[in-house]
Amino acid sequence: MKRIGVFVCHCGTNIAGTVDVKAVAEAMKHEPGVVFSTDYQYMCSQAGQEMIKAAVKEHRLDGIVVCSCSPRMHEATFRKTAAAAGLNSYMVEIANIREQCSWVHKEMPIGTEKAIILAKAAVAKVSLNAPLTPGESPVTKRALVIGGGIAGIQTALDIADAGFPVDIVETKPTIGGKMAQLDKTFPTLDCAACILTPKMVDVAQNEKIRIFSYSEVTDVKGFVGNFDVTIKRKARYVNETLCTGCGACTEKCPMKKVPNEFNLGMDNRHAVYIPFAQAVPKVATIDPNHCLMLKSGKCGLCSKVCGAGAIDYKAKDEFLEERYGAIVVATGFNPISMEKFDEFAYAQSKDVITSLELERLMNAAGPTGGTLLRPSDHQHPHTIVFVQCVGSRCEACAEKGKEYCSKICCMYTAKHAMLIRDKYPDTDVYVFYIDVRTPGKNFDEFYRRAVEEYGVHYIKGMVGKVTPENGVLKVQGSDLIDNRQLHIDADLVVLAAAIEPDKSARPLATMLTASMDTNDFFTEAHPKLRPVESPTAGVFLSGTCQGPKDIPETVSQAGAAASKVIGLLCKDKLLGNPCVAHSDEMMCNGCSTCEKVCPYGAITYEDKEFRMPDRTTKVRRVAKVNEAVCQGCGACTVACMSGAMDLKGFMNKQIMAEVDAICK
Amino acid sequence: MSQKNDRAKEQILKMSGVNPLKCMRCGKCSGTCPSYDEMEYHPHQFVYMVETGEIDKLMQSPSIYKCLSCFACVDRCPRGVEPAKLVEAVRLTVIRQKGMNHMTADSIPALLDDDLPQQAIVSAMRKYSK
Repeated sequence: MKRIGVFVCHCGTNIAGTVDVKAVAEAMKHEPGVVFSTDYQYMCSQAGQEMIKAAVKEHRLDGIVVCSCSPRMHEATFRKTAAAAGLNSYMVEIANIREQCSWVHKEMPIGTEKAIILAKAAVAKVSLNAPLTPGESPVTKRALVIGGGIAGIQTALDIADAGFPVDIVETKPTIGGKMAQLDKTFPTLDCAACILTPKMVDVAQNEKIRIFSYSEVTDVKGFVGNFDVTIKRKARYVNETLCTGCGACTEKCPMKKVPNEFNLGMDNRHAVYIPFAQAVPKVATIDPNHCLMLKSGKCGLCSKVCGAGAIDYKAKDEFLEERYGAIVVATGFNPISMEKFDEFAYAQSKDVITSLELERLMNAAGPTGGTLLRPSDHQHPHTIVFVQCVGSRCEACAEKGKEYCSKICCMYTAKHAMLIRDKYPDTDVYVFYIDVRTPGKNFDEFYRRAVEEYGVHYIKGMVGKVTPENGVLKVQGSDLIDNRQLHIDADLVVLAAAIEPDKSARPLATMLTASMDTNDFFTEAHPKLRPVESPTAGVFLSGTCQGPKDIPETVSQAGAAASKVIGLLCKDKLLGNPCVAHSDEMMCNGCSTCEKVCPYGAITYEDKEFRMPDRTTKVRRVAKVNEAVCQGCGACTVACMSGAMDLKGFMNKQIMAEVDAICK
Repeated sequence: MSQKNDRAKEQILKMSGVNPLKCMRCGKCSGTCPSYDEMEYHPHQFVYMVETGEIDKLMQSPSIYKCLSCFACVDRCPRGVEPAKLVEAVRLTVIRQKGMNHMTADSIPALLDDDLPQQAIVSAMRKYSK
C-alpha cells in the first residue's frame, strides 16, 4: 500500500472562492492509501513547496497528489519539489480543480463535490504510479534553415556566428528571396540590394554555412536533436564547383524568349541563366523546360563556349541525407493571384500591375532600367492610381482573397507614391485606402510625408471598377469623406495584392508535423511568449511563414529564432519524456496496427526468439518502440487489439482506476 | 433612436438577412454602383443608416427606386455585407403599406415603347408593387 499525501491549494480565491478546500482536504483523509491531507493558500509558493517536502519526510510519503491548477501550469514545479524531497518526480499527480472546476462552476456545493471527485481520481491513479526515468538523446550540432530569403539568411548568419554549422536549402537557383526583387525599403528608402547583397556575400563566404540552392527538402524523419532530412538537389545541368559565373553561356544561348521570373515575366531571359547579377551562388542554371539540347538533343552551344567545362547535360537530381539538431522554417510569402479580381481588369490590361511588379519597373536592374514606363506602350504614365487592400481583409471572397490584413501594403504603397512624386513631379498620384495602418518606428511620419511633402492624393474609399478604354484606364471609386463617386482616367493602376504563405509551406508542415492555421501560416508555440518556436520540438519559425511582416520585423524574428536554435545546439544531451509507449512482447500478436497508426515512426517490428514451455524455441514477430522517437501520444495503445501496448505513466489500468474513482 | 425606428430596423434586418456591423467602411459598394449619381443615399450610406436606425429617412428617399438591383455591390463587397439586399428590404417595407404601390397596371400603357423589352416592364411591376 502506498503512503499518499494530498495537498489542496486555494490559489487565493481562484479555487477557494468556489470550492470548499477544507472539505476537500478532509474528504481525502478517508481515501485508501492517503496518510496525510492538508490545504494551503498558495501551494506553488516557496512556503507551499517546503510544506510538501516536510510532509514527505515526516509521513514517509511515496506518492503526492496536488489539487491545484492545470498540470500545464505547475506540474513541472511540483515534480521538482518531489525530486528535492527525494521522491521520483513521476510519483506526483495533479488534480486540476481550477480550470476544470472552480473557474467553470459558480456554486460552492457543486464545485466542492466535483473537486473531491477529481482528487479521488488522482489518488487512484497515483496509487498505481511507478517511478520513471527519462532517457537521454544526443544533439547533432548542426542546423537546417529552409528558405534563403532575408529571414533564412539572417537566421543562418546568426547561428553560424555562434560557431554552429548551418545549411540553407533554397528552391530557387539563388538565395535572396523577395527582398532581392525590391527597389527601395521603407521607411529610410535605402536600396534593398545595397543592404541585402552584402549579407548574401557574407553567407557565401562563411565557412560554417553551406548553401543548397535549387534544392528542396523531400523528407524529414527523427525528432528534436536528431532530424534526418533528405534534400533533393535538382539537376541544374551546370557543375556548381566548376562554373565561374562568367555568363558566356547565357550570352550564346539561342533560346532568348523565356519569361524572366525574377522580373515577374515583364522581360525575357535565356534558357541558361543567372537570375541576377548579384546572385549567390553565382552559377548558371539550365531551364530544362526551354533548353533545346535537353528537349531535342540539338544545340550544345553553351557547352562549347564554357571555358570551365561546367555544362553537364546528363546531370540527374541528387538526393542528400543529412542529420540536424534543429530546423528553422523560413519559407516566406508570395503575392496572391490577381486573375480572379475581374473588377480591377488585371487580366485585361497590361497597365494594371501589382506592387511587386512596380518594384521591378522602378528598379535600375529591372526591365526598364529604372525608368517608370507603363508596360503596354512604354510611355511615361502621368496619372497613377494605387488601390490598397486588394484581396486583403476580404472575408466574403475566400476563393480569391484573404481574411487577414497583409500588414506591409500601407507602407510600401506610401513608399511607391512618394518615390514616383519625387522622381516624376508631373505625375498625379492617387491612393485609395480603407484605413492607413502605419504602426512602427517612423512609419506614420513616413506616410504623412507622402501626403504633406510630396502631395500624394490619399482618398478614403475603395475602387469599384477599372475599365480599359482606348489606352486609358477608367477608374471608378468612391470618396467617402466627400460622399461622391470619383472617375479618374489613369495611365497606370497599381494593386496592393494580399500576401500568402509560399505553396511549399503546407507539404513541409506535414513532413515536420508542425501545425499551421487555416491560412497556411505556421502556428507558433505561444502567440505571445513563444513566438519563434513551433509547437513541434526542434522546429523554429523565421519570417513571413509565421504571418505577414516587414523587413525590420523579419530580421528581428530571424535573430530570435537563431538564439533559440543556439540555445538548443549548446546542449550536449536532451532529456526525453519517459511517458512513452511500451509493448508487452508476450501479448503482442505482430499485427502491425500500431506501426501504421504511429505518427512519429517510432514503432518497428522485429523477429524474436521465444522459449516455449516445452523447451523448444519459436520465432515470433513483435513490436518494438524507439523510446527516443516516441512522443507519448497514445495512438498505439488505443489501436492495439491484443492489449500489448501500454503508455508509461498513463497505463490502461491507471486510466481505468481514475474512471472507477470518478464513477464510484 | 425612436421606438418606431427600432422596430423598423429590426424588420429590415430580418427581411434582408444583412448584418450591417460586418461593414468595414471601405466604400467599394458606392465605388462600383452604376446608379450612384441618381441616388440621394448611396449604397454605403444605406448600410450605415440602417445600422444607426435612420430607416424613416431611407423610406422617404427616391433612392430606393433608383437602385438597379444589379447586385454589383453584393458581388464586390469584401465583407459580404450585401447592401442591395438592404435597399430591396426598405423598398418592400414601403410598397407593402396600403396605397404605396410605386407602379400600377394603369401606368403601363404610357410606358410601352418598342425599344423597351416587355420583360423590363414585367420586372418593374414585380419590383415596384405588391
